[in-house]
Amino acid sequence: MSLATTYSTAQIRVRNKELIEEVLKVYPEKTAKRRAKHLNIHEAGRSDCGVKSNIKSIPGVMTIRGCAYAGSKGVVWGPIKDMVHISHGPVGCGQYSWGSRRNYYVGTTGIDSFVTLQFTSDFQEKDIVFGGDKKLIKVMDEIQELFPLNNGITVQSECPIGLIGDDIEAVSRAKSKEFGGKTIVPVRCEGFRGVSQSLGHHIANDAVRDWIFDKGGPESKPRFEPTPYDVAIIGDYNIGGDAWSSRILLEEIGLRVIAQWSGDGSLAELEATPKAKLNILHCYRSMNYISRHMEEKFGIPWCEYNFFGPAKIAESLRKIAGYFDDKIKEGAERVIEKYQPLVNAVIAKYRPRLEGKTVMLFVGGLRPRHVIGAYEDLGMEVVGTGYEFGHNDDYQRTAQHYVKDSTLIYDDVNGYEFERFVEKIQPDLVGSGIKEKYVFQKMGVPFRQMHSWDYSGPYHGYDGFPIFARDMDMAVNSPIWKKLKAPWKDVPRPQLLAAE
Amino acid sequence: MAQSADHVLDHFDLFRGPEYQQMLDNKKMFENPRDPADVERVKEWTKTSEYREKNFAREALTINPAKACQPLGAVFASVGFQGTLPFVHGSQGCVAYYRSHLSRHFKEPSSCVSSSMTEDAAVFGGLNNMIDGLANSYNMYKPKMIAVSTTCMAEVIGDDLNAFIKTSKEKGSVPADFDVPFAHTPAFVGSHVTGYDNALKGILEHFWDGKAGTADKLERKPNRKINLIGGFDGYTVGNLREIKRIFELMGIEYTILADNSEVFDTPTDGEFRMYDGGTTLEDAANALHAKATISMQQWCTEKTLPFIADHGQEVLAFNYPVGVSATDEFLMALSRISGREIPEQLARERGRLVDAMADSSAHIHGKKFAIYGDPDLCHGLATFLLELGAEPTHVLSTNGNKAWDEKMRALFASSPYGHSCHAYPGRDLWHMRSLLFTEPVDFLIGNTYGKYLERDTGTPLIRIGFPIFDRHHHHRSPVWGYQGGMNVLVKILDKIFDEIDKKTNVLGKTDFSFDIIR
Repeated sequence: MSLATTYSTAQIRVRNKELIEEVLKVYPEKTAKRRAKHLNIHEAGRSDCGVKSNIKSIPGVMTIRGCAYAGSKGVVWGPIKDMVHISHGPVGCGQYSWGSRRNYYVGTTGIDSFVTLQFTSDFQEKDIVFGGDKKLIKVMDEIQELFPLNNGITVQSECPIGLIGDDIEAVSRAKSKEFGGKTIVPVRCEGFRGVSQSLGHHIANDAVRDWIFDKGGPESKPRFEPTPYDVAIIGDYNIGGDAWSSRILLEEIGLRVIAQWSGDGSLAELEATPKAKLNILHCYRSMNYISRHMEEKFGIPWCEYNFFGPAKIAESLRKIAGYFDDKIKEGAERVIEKYQPLVNAVIAKYRPRLEGKTVMLFVGGLRPRHVIGAYEDLGMEVVGTGYEFGHNDDYQRTAQHYVKDSTLIYDDVNGYEFERFVEKIQPDLVGSGIKEKYVFQKMGVPFRQMHSWDYSGPYHGYDGFPIFARDMDMAVNSPIWKKLKAPWKDVPRPQLLAAE
Repeated sequence: MAQSADHVLDHFDLFRGPEYQQMLDNKKMFENPRDPADVERVKEWTKTSEYREKNFAREALTINPAKACQPLGAVFASVGFQGTLPFVHGSQGCVAYYRSHLSRHFKEPSSCVSSSMTEDAAVFGGLNNMIDGLANSYNMYKPKMIAVSTTCMAEVIGDDLNAFIKTSKEKGSVPADFDVPFAHTPAFVGSHVTGYDNALKGILEHFWDGKAGTADKLERKPNRKINLIGGFDGYTVGNLREIKRIFELMGIEYTILADNSEVFDTPTDGEFRMYDGGTTLEDAANALHAKATISMQQWCTEKTLPFIADHGQEVLAFNYPVGVSATDEFLMALSRISGREIPEQLARERGRLVDAMADSSAHIHGKKFAIYGDPDLCHGLATFLLELGAEPTHVLSTNGNKAWDEKMRALFASSPYGHSCHAYPGRDLWHMRSLLFTEPVDFLIGNTYGKYLERDTGTPLIRIGFPIFDRHHHHRSPVWGYQGGMNVLVKILDKIFDEIDKKTNVLGKTDFSFDIIR
C-alpha cells in the first residue's frame, strides 16, 4: 500500500523535491520564499535537517502552533498539582486548556490538588480600562480563603496583561509577604510573546529559577536525607501516566526519583531538585533551560534520555546508569533483562502486522524525533517529520540520531502543506494533533494523536510499549479503512477539495 | 510486572496495580503532602453552608466557569456560510484553542486561520498581519468569503478592522469585490454567545448594508421566506437538520442563517471537505427580503435581531425550545407567519412525545434537577422538566444576565413545580458545587465538565450541553422538535433507570428491588 517502500531513496528524494516545489506554488511570492526555508529533504550525514525554525508563523496560513501561555500554563506550570494556577485575563484561554492535556496526578482535587480546576480572573471591560491588579489581589485573597491547603499560586498572564501595563510582580510580592512567605509566582507568558509555545516554556523555566530557586528560605530545604542515587525527572508531563511508567524503571534500577517536572509534580519537588545528583531530561525543548541553569548554578549534570520503545529505553537506561556506580549499572542490565520477554512478546505479536508501514509525524516538543525509535522497534518507517515549535538544536538532534536519508522535513507545517504532503506520500499512519486528526481520517489515512496519546497511554517505558504497539496496530489495521467507499462507487483516492 | 502483550493493560488498570500503588505511596515523601486529617477536614468543610456563604461572596475569582470567549462563537457562526474561512485577527494561540475545542466536541475538523500577531504587532498594530494574512488565506484555501473577528489582543491595542480590510484590499490581498465581513469580538465582553451574535450581525450587515461602503445598500423586496437562526448550539448538526425537515413538511420556503450542520458532520469517504454546505452568500444577502426571522436563542441574537427588525422584518426569539409546549409555540409561530397549516405528521409526532411522557413521567415526576449551561439552553431544558412535573431546582448560567434571571423567575412562577426553583446568573460550577452539597438534587444536567461535580457530590450527570468531550456523537441527534424532545426524554430516563439499577444490584443485599420491569 505504501508508496515509499516501493521506491529507492533517490526516487523518493526526487518525489519529495517535486512535492515541496508544488506546495510552494500556492503561495504569494513573499510567502513562498519564507516557507521554502522551512521545508527540506534530509541528507544523511548532515548535522541538521537544513530547515529554518523558531521563526514567526506567517499570517493566514493556518499554522498548527499555539502561544506562550499554552507553553507556560498548559505545559510547564499547569501540572504542578498543589499550586493554584490563575489564568489571568479573559475567560477563554483557561477554558480551552481546561483538563485537556491529561497530566495525570494523584490528589484530592479542589482540596489539596488543583490541576483540573479552571481558575480565572475572567477579565471584563473595566479590568482592561482600569487595570487588573486590584482584581488580582482580590483573586488571591479568595483563593486563600476558599482553598486553604494550596501550597502556592502562579499567575499565568494572558495577552492583555502585558498590554495594559499591570504589575503582577508587585502584586505577587506583596501578597506573598502578606500570606507569610507563600510562594506566589508571576509568569509573563502573554500569548503574543515569541513565535509559539516555545517562549512560554522558557519564560516558565525562568520563573521557576527566579521565584522558587532564588526565593530560598527554610521551606526550600529538602525534608528527606539525600542519597547518592537521587535523580530528578525533568520534562515529563505525565500524559496518560508517562512519568509513572518511567519512574518505576528508574527506581527498579536502584535510583531514587526525588522530583517530577512537572507531571504529578509538587512545589516541594521543584524546591528540592537542586539536591539531585543528576537531572534526567526527557523533553529537551521545554526544560533544557532550567537544566542548564541547575548545571551552572548547582553543578548538577543533566542527560537526555528517551523512553519510547525498547531499543531507546535500553540505550537510555545504560546511559543514565553510566553516571552512577556498578550497583546502578547492574541494575540497568537486570531491568533490561527482566523486561526482555515482554518486549519479545510485543514485537512477536505486532511487528508482523506493522512491518514496512510508513509514518508521517508532526508534533511538538521531543516527539517528532523521540518516537521514531519506537516505530522502528515495530518495523515501521518514519518518512516525514517536523516540529511545531522546535529550534535548530532539535533539528540537529533529529538529523544526527534519528531520521533516515531522504526523509521529508517540514517545520511549522500548516494545514495546506500537511494535507498535500500526506495526500501525495500516502503514509500508512499519521501522528499529529487533534486539529489534524479528523482531516486525515476523512481522507482515509489512519491517525493517532501524538500529543494526548489519543486518550490512551502511557507510551513511556516498558509498560507503555505494549499500549503504543497495540494503538498503532489498531489504527493502521482497523477494518474501517476498507469501508470508505460505497461498493457501488470507484476505489478511493484521497483528495483535497479545498485546494483544488 | 502486570503488563503483558496478550492482555494489554490500559492506564486505568495499569496504575491500580500494587507495584504502581506502592511507588505512588513512596512518592508522597517528596511532595510535602498535607496531613490527611487536614485534607479530610477541609473536604468536609467545603460541603457546608458556611463554605457556601464564603463561596457565594466571591467578587473577583471565577472557578470552573460554564462559558467561553467571544471569538469561539464568531468562528462557529462563520463556518455556517458557504465556503467561508474564519479569520481571527490577533494572537495565533487563540485559534489553535478554538479549533481544538470545536474538534473535541464534534469529532470533526475545524478550519480557521489567525493573523499571528506578535510583539511587533502589539507595538505597531496588526495592519501588516491583516494584509499578508488575507492574501495567504485567499491563495491557499480558496474561500468564497473570509469572515474576520478579533482576539482580545487586537481589541486591547485598538486595531480597526474596517480600515485594515479596506487597506488590505487596496494592497491587493484579495480582490476588491471579495467578501470580507468582520466583527469586533473582544473576549473581555460577554461570552461565546455574544461572539456568535456579533459575527452573524457583521455578516448580514456586510451583505445588506453596502459591504462597508463598497456597494449599494440592498433594497428590501419582501418575499414569503422565513429566516431561521440556530444560535450557538452543540447540537447544531441534529437540530438544524430537524428544523429543515419541519420546514419542508410544512412547505415553507426558508433560509437557515449560519447553517453549519454539514461542515460539522462530513462523511469519511476518502475526501476531506474543508468547506461543506452552509448558507450560500446569495441566500445570506437575500435573507433581507424574508418575511420574518426566527431566532431559536434569544441571547445569541440580542444585536442581530434588532438589526434585522430595523430592516423591516418581523423578528421572533425563542429560548432553545425543548419539549411539547415550546415546540407547539414554535410551530404555531411558523404557521402564523407562513400561513401554512401544521401537517398531520407533526401532530402525530407530538402525540408520540406526549405518549412517551405519559408512559414514563412517573419516574421523573417530583425529581429535583440542577441545570447549567448557556442561558437559552437552561431555559429550554427547565421548561421541559416543568412539563414533566420535575423541579429544576438550581438553574445556573455563567453567561446569563439579569434579564435572563427575570425570565427564569417568570418561568418558575408559571408552574406549580417551579416554586422552590432558583436561577443563578453569572455563577460558575464551583458555586454549583456548593449548591449541590447544601441543597442536594437527584440529577444534574450539563456539559462534560459536570463530571467533576458528579464525582465530588455524587449527583448523577446527564450530559446535555456544550462541550461534550467524553461521550461521542450525541450532537448528531436533535433535541429540538417533538423528536428532539423524545431524545431528551430518553436520555434522562436512561440515567434514572441506570441509577435505580446501580442502587439495587448488590447480590443478596439490595437486589430485592432489582426489577426486570421498570
